[in-house]
Order: sequence, then structure tokens, then C-alpha cells
Amino acid sequence: MTQPEFKDFYILLPLIILTAWACVLLLADLFIPKDRKGITAFLAVLGLAVTLGFVVTQIGQSGAGFNGMVTLDGFSTFTSALILISGLLGIALAYGYIKRMGLERGEYYTLMLFSITGMMLMTQASDLIIVFLALELLSIPLYVLAAFARPNLQSEEAGLKYFLLGAFSTGFIVYGTALVFGATGTTSLSGIFTAASHNAPTLLLTIGAALLLVGFGFKIAAAPFHMWTPDVYQGSPSAVTAFMSSGAKIAGFAALLRVFATAFPILSVDITNVLWVLAALTMIVGNFTAISQTNIKRMLAYSSIAHAGYILMAFVPYGNKDVVATSVAAGLFYLFAYVLTNFGAWGVVIALEKSEGKGLEISDYAGLAKKYPALAAAMTVFMLSFIGFPPTLGMVGKFYLFRAIIAGGFPGLAVIGVLTSLVSAYYYLRVVVNMYMREGDPTIEREPWLDFTTAFTAIVTVSLSFVPQWLFLLASTAVLRLF
Amino acid sequence: MEFLLQPLTLLTFFPLVGVLVILFMNSEAKNAIRWVAMGTTLITFGLSLWVLTLFTASNPNLQLEAKYSWINVAGWNIYYYLAVDGLSILLVLLTTLLTPISVLSTWTAIEDRVKDFMIFFLLLEVGMLGVFLAQDLFLFYIFWEFTLVPMYFLIGLWGGPRRIYAAVKFFLYTMAGSILMLLAIIWLGNYGNTFSLPELIAKGGIPANVQMWLFIAFAAAFAIKVPMWPLHSWLPDAHVEAPTAGSVILAGVLLKMGTYGFLRFNIPLFPTATVQAAPWIALLATIGIIYGAAVSYAQADVKKLVAYSSVSHLGFVMLGLFALNAQGVSGAILQMINHGLSTGALFLLIGMVYEQTHTRELKVYGGLWKIMPVFGAIMLISALSSMGLPGLNGFVGEFTILLGAFGSKAIGSPWYAGISAIGVIMAAVYILYMFQKMFLGPAGEITKEHELKDLNWREILTIAPLLVLMFWIGFYPAPFFNLIAPAVGKLLIGY
Repeated sequence: MTQPEFKDFYILLPLIILTAWACVLLLADLFIPKDRKGITAFLAVLGLAVTLGFVVTQIGQSGAGFNGMVTLDGFSTFTSALILISGLLGIALAYGYIKRMGLERGEYYTLMLFSITGMMLMTQASDLIIVFLALELLSIPLYVLAAFARPNLQSEEAGLKYFLLGAFSTGFIVYGTALVFGATGTTSLSGIFTAASHNAPTLLLTIGAALLLVGFGFKIAAAPFHMWTPDVYQGSPSAVTAFMSSGAKIAGFAALLRVFATAFPILSVDITNVLWVLAALTMIVGNFTAISQTNIKRMLAYSSIAHAGYILMAFVPYGNKDVVATSVAAGLFYLFAYVLTNFGAWGVVIALEKSEGKGLEISDYAGLAKKYPALAAAMTVFMLSFIGFPPTLGMVGKFYLFRAIIAGGFPGLAVIGVLTSLVSAYYYLRVVVNMYMREGDPTIEREPWLDFTTAFTAIVTVSLSFVPQWLFLLASTAVLRLF
Repeated sequence: MEFLLQPLTLLTFFPLVGVLVILFMNSEAKNAIRWVAMGTTLITFGLSLWVLTLFTASNPNLQLEAKYSWINVAGWNIYYYLAVDGLSILLVLLTTLLTPISVLSTWTAIEDRVKDFMIFFLLLEVGMLGVFLAQDLFLFYIFWEFTLVPMYFLIGLWGGPRRIYAAVKFFLYTMAGSILMLLAIIWLGNYGNTFSLPELIAKGGIPANVQMWLFIAFAAAFAIKVPMWPLHSWLPDAHVEAPTAGSVILAGVLLKMGTYGFLRFNIPLFPTATVQAAPWIALLATIGIIYGAAVSYAQADVKKLVAYSSVSHLGFVMLGLFALNAQGVSGAILQMINHGLSTGALFLLIGMVYEQTHTRELKVYGGLWKIMPVFGAIMLISALSSMGLPGLNGFVGEFTILLGAFGSKAIGSPWYAGISAIGVIMAAVYILYMFQKMFLGPAGEITKEHELKDLNWREILTIAPLLVLMFWIGFYPAPFFNLIAPAVGKLLIGY
């Protein structure tokens, strides 16, 4: 054990800044008058932006800190930046929404910041204890946020459900950690790798890893651990759902990849098969169940499950040193496209949502194109991007992803991927059909930040698909630092 | 930015200028919007004629190449790569010709959301031109998929009563094929470390068993688009529900994207698999020819009749392509153009009378000739062209195809051509049946009910270019064959 030095703190610098900022904001919020909570939102955005700035300065650097408890590498930088962008977009969506829904309380933004610190720690965690710590830090504020619309019953139900199932899944992770510790005598990821590589994997280690996988499966909402998702996503305030379905997923994927690629390459023979099945099942279940949804929030919930399946595909060959870099880069690229599209789509949902859960049926979108052509066009872009249709980033993402999967030697999985994409076209198109081809008289809420988010994500989704080079470069430099 | 000044870039993306202008116009200024769209498509047509003057007919290679590295990171070698050769030049011209004609045909037919209609129409033109010009698989795939989006809206927004069903069916069917092609494209990209088609063809050497899979994956996308029997069931729905201009483009150009795909990708990329598959494709094509013709005859709806006749006609094109000899392939390319001209004309004419009567039921028509002699005469020419009467374009194409198919080594048996020849006779049956029901005999109920007016000048002007070309190709096809022949010769070197 060595004493922490400056370089240890440097590795966690963005995280430290954001944590401090969140604590200060929690106090400062007490002095901000009730009718001017916009200031809190502004301060939160400022904090995230500054943190993002520090993350950007860390591009290309790598190192381990605090005795190998945390790691800084291209992967953590990329995912942290993506999480911070999610936070910024999440606040932009929430700003007008929580005011309109009568939910405006300062702690909303503070809770978001704390959750984001948890997510960022998750991307850097290279010790199972830190993973656990980060998981709790990101989850607990989210449980509160899910129930933020109390005493709305649906929101309370969402909060409770999320909490109970979240706690359950954390139990898996803790138990898995304990078993792995029992098998190897350490919780450090690199230590586990060294200990496990000396002899053949024991049953204890395998079970421990499997339990960890189950726990992460809950967090990223992979089938068959996805049961909580539709109810929670539907019940939570839409702005929270938008943030949850992006940020929490990024963090979950980050931890999943780091833990398995660093600690358990030795188990890859078995785990790769398990991941294969999980990815296939998630794509199939998510897409097929989405077909029968009539509520847009539930539909997007199932769609997010389906997309978790696509991203999971990228992690299937995690133990194969030759292809893992490419396929992880493809996964991250897809994650970026998904996050952007997801926020845009939720922005449209929020624009149409009325109080008491009205305006959330897909049939409520009828006639949108005639009255609000720009909004309908934006939604069409998001739907096409979800399907993977040009000219959108989703198409480039799917191309990259399928390419990595085929190069990785899993053409069967790629076939399942494209066939389920076809299925997804059916339900995404239904939104387009309603907007353009049916008569109706929808009304929307116009808020500058909401409009900005929707327009911004739509424009970026389209224009980046023509010049995806720099995103490719960023994603392909986002490699794991394997000690 | 140099690539922007390349002739083919200008040609492909010029319609976007019109889109931009229309975007900023008041949606109530319908006539102005129509004029802008018309002007844009006419200039695009002019640009395509300019490209034709730059094109050297005797050169069998890709010409006017615009090749720029586009995405070149992380092991991707994707080019922005447009070029034209004898296989595609006529299809490009057909596209740029049919688009202004279609725009003109909507002048009074489309009154609702004119602005959106024209935007989608111009976007569609960009997509179609891109498909015919792209020489990079990734770029091709983007254009190929992109054409779906505007067409989906054209059917779904301005179509008939079952338009939503037809639009979604069209979208899903086509996508089902193209996603398999996507996997094959990715495989090829990994294999050749490039997505450039000429480089992949030059590299060759794909193992025979893999070739078959790739062939099937590409064929799935193209066969649905053509459509080949038994994958045709989206076509009647899409055609019947689409607005007239949509049907013209659908039959005239979009179906050709399928046959063109076979020509551009399957035949040069997978020679072994092509030879193996040729008899099977010929079999499906023959079934399609007979089936399409028989089903056409049974239709009560004129538009459906013409729609099914496309299945039959494109069967001929497929038969010619997989004859894999110079006659067959040249005839097939010419027949693609012929089908675009004659079926395009038929859809336009049906649209013109539909605008007045609002019905397409064959049985309510009758005796139209007396009231609308000009319309009748033009319809007769188009019908005869479609059924392949000597002296008109259809004959030249079908005759050359059958000649090629009879002597084809690849198909292996003259029976396919023999049976297909029956299809020519059957075409005469259903086309003349349609003509007789509509134009001859006693006046039908619709003819009595409506005060039908003969074609006006705008309508005659719409159809005139097509008629001129029908006669031109019918009497003197040599200039067209001269454009095609060198590239076909090069294509078939390996066979």
C-alpha cells in the first residue's frame, strides 16, 4: 500500500470536481428561492460542462491510481464523456418538463449529478469493491428520481419496483464478488486475472462471474433480466427515463466490459457463449414485444432493451484479443448513436406529453406532421436511426457493429441482428404512419431547451452520418488499458 | 470540395437544390412549387444529356469517375465513388426523363401537400441516380436504402384507400431483402479490405461455396425489388395504392434497380455462383413470365393489370440477363428501358382517365374511343409497345432476349425461351383484352355518367417524349445498342 500521490488524484480529477460540485450545489440550492430553481439547473449544467472539459483534456492519457482501484484509459474517457453529454441533454429535457409537471425541486439536478458521478466512477472502476460502490452511487439517486413524481401512483410504483429489483441485482453482484474473492483471494480485477490464470478455473470462480453477469444484465436491461424496464420506464417522469435509459446503460456496459475483459478472459470460452445467447435473446425479446405496445413510453422501453442487445453483440468476443478492440469500438460507436437518438426521441415524447400521463399513446401522434412538420421530421429521423436506415448515424452504427461481429466470427448473431432490425422497422414505422398518414389534432409544448435538444440531436444524427470519421477515430482509440 | 464539381456529382445531387428552394417556399404557392420542381428535374435531365455528351460509347470501362476517399479509418476503405458505363448510362437517362414527366403528370392530380410531395419526389430522384452511379458498395447501400424512404411517403401519403398497408408492406418487403445484402456487403468489405466495386471485382477469388451464399444474399435484395416470382406480392399493392407519378417511377425506375443490381453486382462479383444459378433464375423468370401474364388477364382493375404485367415483363429481363451472352444481356438492358417507357406511359394514361372518373374498374368502362380519340390512339400505341409489336420498342427488346436465351449455354436448355415466348402471346391477350374493354364496344356506365374530356395539351406533352422514344427504339435501335454493347462485352469476358 502506498500513499496516494498527485497522479492518483489526477486520474480521478473530473470525478472529484463533479462530486465536489454536486455537494456544493446541494447546499447552494437551499439558498435559491423556490421560484428560481432555474439557477440550480444552470449551475448543474456549468458543473457538467467544466467536468466534460477536464475529461476532454484527458484524451489519450492512461494510468492506474489508488493501488489499481481505478483506471484511466481511452475507454473510460470515451464513456465518461458520453455520460456527461447524457447528463447535459438530460437536464435540457428536464428543465421545462419538471416545471410544467409541477415537479420542480432543486434536488432533481443534484440527484442527477450524484448519479452521474456514480456512472463515471463505474467506467473507471477496476476493483470489484469500487464497482459495487459506483453501482450504488449511480442507482440510489435514480431510484429517487424514478419516484420523483410522487404522489403519482405510477411514479411511486416505478421507484419502488426499480429499487427492489435494483437491490436484488446488487445482491447478485455482491454475492458474485464474494465468490470470486473466495476463489482468488482478491477483488482487484488484475489480481483476479493473475490468480485465475495459474490454474484451471474453479467452479467457484465461474459461478461468481456468472452472478456478476446477472447483476450487470439487470443494469443494462438485457433479457431475461429486463422485466423491470417497461414498468419503470413508463412510470418514471419522461425526463428521468430519457436519462436513465442512456446514462445507466452506458455505465452498465462500461463495467461489464471492464470487469470481464480484465478479470475473466480465462472464462471466455464459456462466457462468450452465454453473452451470445443473451444478446440474441435480448434483441428478439425486445423487438418482438415492442410490436404490441400502444404506449410510446413502453415502446421506447422495449426498444431500449432491443438496443442493449445490439450493443451486447459487440462484447461477445471479449476474450479474443485480435478482435476485441474493433468490436468494442463498434459497440461504443453504436452506444453513441443510440444515446443521441434516444434523447431525441424522448424529447419528442416530452413535447407531446400532457399532465396525468395523457398524450403518451402512439395514436396521439396522429396528424403531427401536418401541424408541426419540423417535429415530425425530427421524430422520423430518430425512428429511422433506431431502425438503422440511411441517412442517419444509427445506420452507420449498425454497419460498423455488424462488420465487427462478422469479423469476430459470429455471422449467426449478425443474421439475428439484421432480422430483428427488420422486425423493429415495423413498430418504429407505426409512429411515422401515425404522424404522417393519419388525421389528428395533437398539441405540443414548446420550450426553448426542449426544442433545442430535439433539433440538435436530429441534426447531429443526420450530419454525423456523412462525416463519421472523427467519431470512428475517437471510438477506436477508446481501448481498454489491460494493466 | 473538388468532388462537388464532378459531372456525376452535379447530376446526382442537383435535385437537392430544388429541395432547398422548395423548403423555403410558402406551401400555399402550389403552382410556384410545381414550377420549381419541374425546372429542377428538367435541369437534371439536361445535366444527364451533358453527361451523355461526355460519355464515350466505344469505351467499355467506367467513365467520368469521381473517386474520393470518404471514410478511411479503423480499417475502413470507403470511397465516395460515382462512375457511369454502358450498363448504367441508359438507366440514368431513363430516370432523369421519367422524373420531369411524372412531375408534369401531377400538375392537377396532386392538390394536397404539394410542397411535401415535390420534396419527396426530388429526394427520390437523388436516391435513384445514386443507385445507378455508385461504385462503392457502402455508398450504393446508402442510396439503395434511401430510395425507400421517399417512396414510402409517396405511397403512404398520396395513395389510395389502402395506402398505409401498401406503404408498410413495400418498406418491410424491400428491407427484408436489403438487410441480407448488407451482411454480404460487410463480408465483402472484410474480405477485400475495400468497398470499392471495381477493386473487389479485380481481386476476385472468392471461394465457390461462399460465392453461392453471397450471391443469394445479394439476389434476395434484388429479386424482391425486380420483383421475381414468388417474391412479387408487394408489387400489386404498392402499384395500385401509389399515386400515378409514384407508379410511374416505381415501375419505370425502381424495379430496374433490382435487375440493374444483378447486372452490376451478382454477375461480375460471383462468376461461379452466377453460372450455377443461371438455370434456376431462368426457371423462376419463366414462371414469372407466364404467371404474371395469366394473373394480369384475370384482373378487374386496370392498374393491377398493368402491375402484374410488370412481373411478366421483368421476367424477360431476368431471362436475358442470365442467358449470359451478348444478345441476352444487351436485350435485357434495352428491355429495362422499354419497360420503363411503355409501362410508364400506361400508368400515366390510366392516371389521366382516373383523374376524371375516379375508378379503375375495367367493367364500367367501354366505348372510350369515340369520346376520347386522342387518348385512345396514344393508349393503343403504348399498349402495342408493351405487348411487343414489331416496329415498336418492346419487340426489339423481347426478340433479342429470346434470341439470346435460345442459344444460351448458361441456361442450358432452349425450353425456357420456348415457354417464355408463349408469354409474348399471352401479353397480346391481356393487353388487347384491356384495350377492348375500355375503348371498344358500347359505352360503359362510367362513360355515360361523366362528361369525359379528351387529353389536354399538358397531358399530350407529358406522354409525347415516351411515344417518340417508343418509335425510335422500334425502328432504329442501333444507337442504343451501341451505348450498351462495349460494356456488355467487357462484363461477359469471364463467361
